[in-house]
Amino acid sequence: MEWFESGWGLSLIVFLPLIGAGVLLAIPKANEEAQKLTALFFTGAAFVLSIILTFAFDFGQAGIQLGTQQDWIPAIDSTYHIGVDGISLPLVVLTTFITLLSLIYSWEHWPEPHNPKAFLILMLLLATGMTGTFVALDLILFFVFFEVVLLPMYFMIGIWGDRNEVTIPVFNITTQMRLYAAIKFFLFTLFGSAFMLLGFLALYFKGGRTFDMLQLAANGAEGLLGSGLAFWVFFALFLGFAVKVPMFPLHTWLPDAHTAAPTVGSVLLAAILLKLGTYAFVRIAIPILPEQSQNWAPVIGILAVIGIIYASLACLAQTDMKRLIAFSSVGHMGFVMLGIATMTPIGINAAIIGMVAHGVITGLLFFLAGSMSHRYHTREMARLGGNQQLMPIMGAILGFTAMASLGLPGLAGFWGEFMALLSAFSPAEGLSVALFRTLMVIGAVGTVLAAGYLLWMLQKVNFGEPGDEWVGHEFHDVDKWEMAAWAPMIVVTIAIGIFPRLVFGATNDSVVELVSNAFRSLG
Amino acid sequence: MIDYHGLLPEILLATTVIAVLVVDMSPARKFWTAVVGLVGLFATFVPVLTLGFCESLDFCEATGARFMFGESYVIDTFSLVLKGLFIGSAFVALLLSVGYLESDRYWQGEFYFLLLASVLGAVVMASSRDLVTIFVALELVTGPTFLMAGWRKGDARSNEAALKYFIIGVLSAAVLLFGMSLVYGVTGELTFSGIRAGSVGVLDGDLSGLFIIGVLFTLLGFAFKVSAVPFHFWTPDTYEGSPTPVTAYLSVVSKTAGFVGLLAICYLAFAEVATLWGAGLWILAALSMTVGNLIALRQNNVVRLLGYSSIAQGGFILVPFGAAIAANASATDLEEAFFATVTYLLIYAFMNLGAFAVVIAVGNRLHSAEIDDWGGLFTYSPALGGLLALFFFSLAGIPPLAGWFAKFVMFRAVLAVGNGWATALAVIAVINTVIAFYYYSKVVLSVFMRAVPDHVPVAELREYRTAPSLQFALVLTAIGVVVLGIFPSLIADIGQATRTIASGF
Repeated sequence: MEWFESGWGLSLIVFLPLIGAGVLLAIPKANEEAQKLTALFFTGAAFVLSIILTFAFDFGQAGIQLGTQQDWIPAIDSTYHIGVDGISLPLVVLTTFITLLSLIYSWEHWPEPHNPKAFLILMLLLATGMTGTFVALDLILFFVFFEVVLLPMYFMIGIWGDRNEVTIPVFNITTQMRLYAAIKFFLFTLFGSAFMLLGFLALYFKGGRTFDMLQLAANGAEGLLGSGLAFWVFFALFLGFAVKVPMFPLHTWLPDAHTAAPTVGSVLLAAILLKLGTYAFVRIAIPILPEQSQNWAPVIGILAVIGIIYASLACLAQTDMKRLIAFSSVGHMGFVMLGIATMTPIGINAAIIGMVAHGVITGLLFFLAGSMSHRYHTREMARLGGNQQLMPIMGAILGFTAMASLGLPGLAGFWGEFMALLSAFSPAEGLSVALFRTLMVIGAVGTVLAAGYLLWMLQKVNFGEPGDEWVGHEFHDVDKWEMAAWAPMIVVTIAIGIFPRLVFGATNDSVVELVSNAFRSLG
Repeated sequence: MIDYHGLLPEILLATTVIAVLVVDMSPARKFWTAVVGLVGLFATFVPVLTLGFCESLDFCEATGARFMFGESYVIDTFSLVLKGLFIGSAFVALLLSVGYLESDRYWQGEFYFLLLASVLGAVVMASSRDLVTIFVALELVTGPTFLMAGWRKGDARSNEAALKYFIIGVLSAAVLLFGMSLVYGVTGELTFSGIRAGSVGVLDGDLSGLFIIGVLFTLLGFAFKVSAVPFHFWTPDTYEGSPTPVTAYLSVVSKTAGFVGLLAICYLAFAEVATLWGAGLWILAALSMTVGNLIALRQNNVVRLLGYSSIAQGGFILVPFGAAIAANASATDLEEAFFATVTYLLIYAFMNLGAFAVVIAVGNRLHSAEIDDWGGLFTYSPALGGLLALFFFSLAGIPPLAGWFAKFVMFRAVLAVGNGWATALAVIAVINTVIAFYYYSKVVLSVFMRAVPDHVPVAELREYRTAPSLQFALVLTAIGVVVLGIFPSLIADIGQATRTIASGF
């Protein structure tokens, strides 16, 4: 197992999907069965390896493990430096897990215009980009992986997305939803990440001419990156990360992208892509610029709470089920950011379990929304009533997931929200207690609103009598591919809900060390 | 004594130029003129390599940089790298021309003769280290292209393209000569090293005004060649009207030649007045990026769009020059900027030639370059659609395609200075990167996501095969774009090798 632990295992997890994409390219377009099996093999292998990784991981040690550092671009002092610690490990496993389930779900559910070959290639490319971002320990490597996910998602939304016509406000152009959403998604993210790159370069020049995150974090903790310019550097990073999260007011791409994307696209977007932003705050912004993180924490906290309340209210105004779920993501990510803004170990732990839980639960919600609109050919909640009678199993799963999403104790969603609020009660030293307690109270109101809109959705979609238009329609309840994809997610939701140590066991030590290292010099 | 090894690339290329004419006069099929040209270019590449790796070769006498003709002509790493770039790009441009000319049976021999003569100019350009040589080289690059732009004699647009290009070309030559004559008048020197020595303290003397005008006019002359805004107005019309392979050649080889001249003159001859040209080129860079991108947003024709895109790309290439605006820029900072420009040029050649190769391949099928006509290309020609996305997104600078590294080193060069003006230029470049993405993706969007227009004969086009020469060009550039994107150190090391030339500070 020595080869596995010397970085090869981790590299394989990242690049196996890429190799799979290359193999797929060579398979003739007509042979769909072979394409699906190939994709299954490579995503499955990546998942199995990530499980092996978990077993090889030394939970008693807080630092980076199982990684490697190799030459990559010596001319700019950038290296191929990868590794995992307790913070990234759960996210790596989440990524391979959700990717595999998305593939299983897709087996018989291909959005129009079909073409599984291209779709699978994009999915595999996406997998490489996502896992790569979570393991990269070099800013440039991180940047490349961070950007690699954009192209596949752009094509997924643009080709297989929603074909309904929309009129774009301000420009007054009528176009198909997918085209608008795809370009909006890309432009927003590109805008953020371009500034992020400038921020990275500034870190390089001010932080001792290195792109190595660990080295920079060590320099940052010693206060090498003082004030003045650092304020703007943090702002540049903030732009890049906050667009991805997304934080209010940079969130407007999200409802469009999620609604327009094909089911698997929405799942991957919600379950994993959003986490790239929050993860970057934890991995890059806090350890490297602790002083500035503290300066910016109130802003982040306030924006997070605005996001929570705004998203809840927006949810209550939606008529489209998928769009409602999309807005609920903004709210959930608000809780994650609130946890991060407290700069405490509890808050950051909450953020990570919140990310994992949101990935599984909202991923499942998007699967359900996709399957339902596939059957009903509509996502209008007003027309969907009585789903429980027409499709009992689907209805039951939807009820369960909605409960998990609103943070019912005993299910995964509870921990992230509860602990984020708890951490806001006593934020890190130097932050205003009064402000954060106010944020806590407002955030708590947000949880009530979240319960409100999810129950409201459930009531509209599941309960009541089926509309007259569905009389005489035969509805096929959950099929085996759907069940195979969803059952593991349900199990994980319950398991983390009852036994949160599954995540905390990994994260806690690393988080405590990260926070104590970062704020060592600040007292 | 003449160093024949050092001059071998030029000698071989000149021989090829004549050989093409000879084959053209013989009764052999015209196809062979292209073959001779390609083989000649390939042969020219060999001595470039032997000179480059001289130190590890037994028969080669390693002398470091080779100075000839009283330092007017220098073979060093910088010139060798760019010679390699010119020969490689010309090779691809020739491949692009073969199918195009064959289909129209258009004076093939003469065309290759002119193209290779122009390449010879570019190769000489890379080594020129005095005002006269660089001027002659520049004219040798541009002269033949005036004719090539008007190659489709029956087409009014082609005629317009050639005429516009010719008039602007002559004007810029005059401006350039005027600037050079003033510089010569003030310093009394023609060689770059002489000018540099002669310009120490000249800004504090009586002739400072004259010298400044001389420098600015010289820059202006080059600004026409690299089509920097506001000296760009010939570019879109010429690019659109010329045969597309010629446009590819103009936008890569001819443009790069202009940049090479600019690099040599700025960093070698005008090294003492770096803040002066730094400021001038800062403005040109900001204008070229912004204006080029904004106008490109409104284009509906792919070739015209690429024309404006190449103006904007020219702006990005100029950005590192702008770093010199900072009075506190150290020698390392300027080396960094030099490295950034050379690296950008190398990567730009791959992706822009590739983009034009796709445009030619699609143009052969559809006989149209209107973006709307390209709708749904991916459905009947997936390979070309994929390649188009590859090159266009590389031009937009999206990782993991090579363009990201070009953009990256550009940002790095200006931020390294840590000066307010330089940082402002970086921010302008960032905003332009986002704008540029919109129009590149507009083409990709049409190709991948729109329906096929009714008038396109899909069934017929499914059967259409791309000419082998064109396929070869596509594969070459595509591999370059992908591999260099993932392993940028391959190109960065070459760029690094050239930077020492800028370190005379």
